Amino acid sequence: MITIDWASFTPLSALLGGVMIGGAAGLLLLLNGRIAGISGILGGLLVGNRRDAGWRLAFLAGLFLAPWLWMLVAALPTAVIEADYATLVVAGLLVGVGTRYGSGCTSGHGVCGLSRLSPRSLIATLSFMAAGFGTVYLIRHVVGG
Amino acid sequence: MKLWITSFLAGLVFGLGLIASGMANPDKVLSFLDLAGAWDPSLALVMVGAIAVASVAFALVKRQSAPVFGREFQLPTAVRPDRRLVLGSLTFGVGWGVAGFCPGPALVALGAGIPKAAVFVAAMVAGMALFELLERWRTPRRAG
Repeated sequence: MITIDWASFTPLSALLGGVMIGGAAGLLLLLNGRIAGISGILGGLLVGNRRDAGWRLAFLAGLFLAPWLWMLVAALPTAVIEADYATLVVAGLLVGVGTRYGSGCTSGHGVCGLSRLSPRSLIATLSFMAAGFGTVYLIRHVVGG
Repeated sequence: MKLWITSFLAGLVFGLGLIASGMANPDKVLSFLDLAGAWDPSLALVMVGAIAVASVAFALVKRQSAPVFGREFQLPTAVRPDRRLVLGSLTFGVGWGVAGFCPGPALVALGAGIPKAAVFVAAMVAGMALFELLERWRTPRRAG
């Protein structure tokens, strides 16, 4: 029933990238005692606690500079963004509100939460995965089909 | 200061991992979420690789009283799933499915100077700010 697009399947780079993501989350945990949840790190800045802001800004600076470090060695892989600007605004609002109400995103729940066997993170991950699959199905095969 | 340096390095490696894995490309993310189309299962392997490594770190935490540089491990204390968790996660999932961006990859793409990523991130931060406002209105004396 499911047709796998073998031509686009990139198992090695996916695994390697995953290992780096997990390694970074492990570093932040063991060195700083913090969870590498991107929505939490970014959203926590808006709470307005200045003493808590430094490590958050430093982590985000690392994320920002990653593509620049990459470009010193190799060309950046292309990022194709099909959504138009209005769609991106709607999507961004949903992701911003949703991740804060849901206390996490793909990194905080999907990587860190599942790694520490949190029942809340399992429920959250199943919820956003199901919503993601359902939304793409609706957009590509019901509305746009 | 040490906390900032280690945090910066973790962010850097995290971002490089997002680029290497293909997560920073919304088109690839949407191909993963499109089960009924030509399905690209790659991103499932990103999760496998990430969890394989991170779970070792979380197992090590149980044997240590404190992180190397920080004062204490700050892990979430809530255990039970509630309505906010599920509704919030569903909302996030819809937004993820609409554009193919989740927070980390969007910030990396913004760092790469992609204008569309800037629009997404601006809207995402606005959504997070809206959450903070609603929370303050709901519980006016919430400790920061």
